[in-house]
Amino acid sequence: MLGHRLSEWCGHGPILEEDIALTNIALDLVGEANLVLQRAGRVEGKGRDQDALAFLRTDREYRNAMMVELPNGDFGYTIVRQFLFSAYAMHQWEALSSSKDADLAGIAAKALKESRYHVRHSAEWVVRLGDGTDESHGRAQDALDDLWRYTGELFITDEVEQSLVTQKLAVDPASLMAPWRRDVADVVARATLRLPPDGYMQRGGRAGLHTEHLGIMLAEMQVVSRAFPGARW
Amino acid sequence: MTKKARGSGDAATTGAPAAAGQLALWEVFTQPPGGGPHAHAGSVHAPDKEMALQAARDVYARRGEAVSIWVVPSEQITASTPEDMGPFFDPGNDKAYRHPQFYKVPRGVKVF
Repeated sequence: MLGHRLSEWCGHGPILEEDIALTNIALDLVGEANLVLQRAGRVEGKGRDQDALAFLRTDREYRNAMMVELPNGDFGYTIVRQFLFSAYAMHQWEALSSSKDADLAGIAAKALKESRYHVRHSAEWVVRLGDGTDESHGRAQDALDDLWRYTGELFITDEVEQSLVTQKLAVDPASLMAPWRRDVADVVARATLRLPPDGYMQRGGRAGLHTEHLGIMLAEMQVVSRAFPGARW
Repeated sequence: MTKKARGSGDAATTGAPAAAGQLALWEVFTQPPGGGPHAHAGSVHAPDKEMALQAARDVYARRGEAVSIWVVPSEQITASTPEDMGPFFDPGNDKAYRHPQFYKVPRGVKVF
């Protein structure tokens, strides 16, 4: 979903270099999703491939975190969200690289390289915006304050995940919180920004309960597939 | 809109802005896979050297065209001008005695 959101920047980036950078990240994320959904479809064993899972599931069947479906906002909002998400994804991919599921471990090893670059790119921008002009600092802080309530959801473990963790197939999301907080605190400090206080955390994405934005995104994303089932090009 | 800059950096790491409201210009040199000299690939706009490196990677090296990237602030490059072409490059051609073509190279010696 984050790949789809980032693709909306195509042609609208603040400078040419960032237009290319954001859409490159979008392509990386969509590529990772392609591999993961393909694997998921095989494990499910009901004949659903990655296209079926991406384009034919309803919003209640989507399990993404709410953070990734939020509108892009301004560049500061997008890049702060990208940093918060990528820092999480990087630790997750790193842990999944030692999954007992060889396919998943392979996907994770590849995705980890991409993720490291996403973190580097977004973190450096967060620092430059935070430690920049009064305007960029203000916008970055607003973004951080707004997005913070969506970060708690990333570290919730449910029973399915718990059983996968026990079988050493998946990683316990709760275990990612400490390294993630260290990375985030480090970059926020360098950016002369203020880490928001932990307050109420939004949750529900993993259970298929989403913000009002996901339905609209899926409508755009899925309309061609649903209008022309089985189309090939 | 006041632009009070909080960050720090000297010209060599940040680059001088090309014009008001523009980011600094950097020239990009990339080395193709398999080694060889870095060749000029183009230019990018960026606020400082780290972002210039990342921009160069995104713009010129995303499809495996490069294994190494150099970025240089454009103003740090000293280049010859078209007016220099005469005094710099002409005299060599019409003076045969400048070229070592009358020297017989002994067998076994490599000539480049």
